[in-house]
Amino acid sequence: MDIKPEEMIKINTKPPAKHWMDIPADLSEGKFCYPAKAKSLEYLHLPNPRDWSPADEDWKLPENWQQIIHEGFKERLDKYRSLKVFMDVCVRCGACADKCHFYIGSGDPKNMPVLRAELLRSIYRNDFTTLGKIFGRLAGARKLTPLVIKEWFSYFYQCTECRRCSVFCPYGIDTAEITMMARELLNLIGVNIHWIKDPVSNCSRTGNHLGIQPQNFKEIIEFFCEDIEEITGVAINPSFNRKGAEVLFVTPSGDAFADPGTYTFMGYLMLFEHIGLDYTLSTYASEGGNFGLFTSSDMMKKLNAKMYHEAKRLGVKYIIGGECGHMWRVINQYMDTMNGPADFLDVPKSPITGTVFENAASTKMIHIAEFTADLIKHNKLKLDPKRNDHLKVTWHDSCNTARAMGLLDEPRHVLNAVCNNVFEMPPSTTREYTFCCGSGSGTNTEEIMEQRLRGGLPRANAVKYVHDKYGVNMLGCVCAIDRAVLPPLMNYWVPGVEVTGLHELVGNALVMDGEIERTMNLRMEDLPGAEGDSDE
Amino acid sequence: MGLEKILGLKQSEITKAWFDQVVKTYHGDSSHFLLDVKDPFSNPVGATTFKALGEVFEALISGKTRSEIIPLLDPPIRIRAVQEFSPSQAVSFVFFLKNVVRHCLEKEIKNTEISEKELSNFDDKVDGLSLIAFDIYMGCREQIFKFRAEHVKSRTLKLLEKADILCEVPEVGTEIIPHNVYKNGGFENT
Repeated sequence: MDIKPEEMIKINTKPPAKHWMDIPADLSEGKFCYPAKAKSLEYLHLPNPRDWSPADEDWKLPENWQQIIHEGFKERLDKYRSLKVFMDVCVRCGACADKCHFYIGSGDPKNMPVLRAELLRSIYRNDFTTLGKIFGRLAGARKLTPLVIKEWFSYFYQCTECRRCSVFCPYGIDTAEITMMARELLNLIGVNIHWIKDPVSNCSRTGNHLGIQPQNFKEIIEFFCEDIEEITGVAINPSFNRKGAEVLFVTPSGDAFADPGTYTFMGYLMLFEHIGLDYTLSTYASEGGNFGLFTSSDMMKKLNAKMYHEAKRLGVKYIIGGECGHMWRVINQYMDTMNGPADFLDVPKSPITGTVFENAASTKMIHIAEFTADLIKHNKLKLDPKRNDHLKVTWHDSCNTARAMGLLDEPRHVLNAVCNNVFEMPPSTTREYTFCCGSGSGTNTEEIMEQRLRGGLPRANAVKYVHDKYGVNMLGCVCAIDRAVLPPLMNYWVPGVEVTGLHELVGNALVMDGEIERTMNLRMEDLPGAEGDSDE
Repeated sequence: MGLEKILGLKQSEITKAWFDQVVKTYHGDSSHFLLDVKDPFSNPVGATTFKALGEVFEALISGKTRSEIIPLLDPPIRIRAVQEFSPSQAVSFVFFLKNVVRHCLEKEIKNTEISEKELSNFDDKVDGLSLIAFDIYMGCREQIFKFRAEHVKSRTLKLLEKADILCEVPEVGTEIIPHNVYKNGGFENT
């Protein structure tokens, strides 16, 4: 609509003239994730590989796309009782409405979890309920048109599957699972995004999202060991693909490749060396993350199975997993019924403390934060938390570890042992109420930077509070996506706050046998009081 | 009583009215949510904007300078710079203040307690404020563009370095060929 200059600062005080069903999604350039490349879909044997853009009028959908969606929807309603319940049970009470970080940051009603679910529910009513079939729009139903598909694509990729809304739902509707179903349906007609499909196809081929080849993966780790030796004087020689090791260690490949995750990886290596753990790394199961979760249950199962196949092949007793977010959602909520129980492995038992991790009795995989917390509780680590005294740290509960596995106190136990200055953000923004980083579930791509920044606003806003009040300068987390996306988020909203993984802080505090006097931290920055020493 | 003094007395009324107008730039269904500014953690957009408008208005009538106003006006612009607004929509709310003030001071204007000149001076201040808003907005956008560029650059550069295709310039004193050999482009002897 064209307007005159004098109308530019006039505001529209009329209520919205159109019903939400009549407002099409804005898919102009910059408002969407880039679509998956044809070759990625071909590699994964996924339907409808083609070159297209969401900005195009014609999305080149298969001829019978409506039938595919309808049948796919029906199949999932039959397969998952939960989906059927989630479609039927919502009374639109609105408890979830203002709990989504995207809604809070954007004010766009279609980002209210209840309305986002309605995008799918309206088709459900139309296709599968008598009321919807008879009364149509009056009963909240609508026909499946290309505009609906475009709207799904826009809004189901503005959901990071963080599940904060679910915490507030009196019926326990898991809105993240609604998003997962919508994305599965979109995948059936070849509507998917590059940032998810590329990692998934890479992971299928090389064992990790980034496509790091085995020899390069090994080289990267060896490079970390060189740095560790320079910083601590301690030489570490981790083994790769070693049969008969007690533990297989699997972490997100982001830790191997992207700062500041790399420092966290160095922390893992130092910890294992310090306690003399009999472990091995795999150049094949070189990814803890599972972008299959953001594609379909089949793909999630396939990528999850890779870790267990490798554990079986190497004959390890159990698996320790690194600081990853959604890997733990897959392990704790889905793995057991997809690929489990992992009967060929033992129930994890710490060789140092003797603690048996009964919580992982079926999956046989424990989170490194619980492993380290147990070591600290039993006084098995020599720590000098003063080395982290220049840091004032606050703790970001990563969505998946917090809400999907209840990992709330273990990281804090570790954090408080390795740092003297820890400050909590307000309770309505931490633990199970934690706010998402704004870039989870495969949306951490740069073309939608604005979406990520506004989605991350509620998180950053709480960090700003402790930054202003206590001078917090470091944000800790246990998720590789967090470590990749929180730095620009902090840079934009709260300059002066850096981001760290938990085990980077552990590595810095760890007093290793035979180490030299530390003058640098793992980032090779001078430790306060030792300025200039690193140059000598 | 001069305009400045009246504005000072009506500060909270004007801020509230200005805030109401700003909230109307958002989708109508969200205004109820945004207006509730009691908890800054559940409604950072509303709470931040409300606080900023009050501070900016006070700074404006107390004759604060550009550099003093920038940090006060930055938070709401920073938010609007990543929301679905066009550049003009993002900063337009500054201009609302002119009408808000006229509306809140309707009686005083009618009674000619405030002169045309005073009002015109105030309008100039708002115009100046809008230019500051424009600078802040562009600063935010440039920062976002930089994030994108850095993202691509660091990813590619690191890959090239790891593959030994590129290497950094060595530190002076550690290089194999001294760095000053070709100081004048290799034409030293010609």
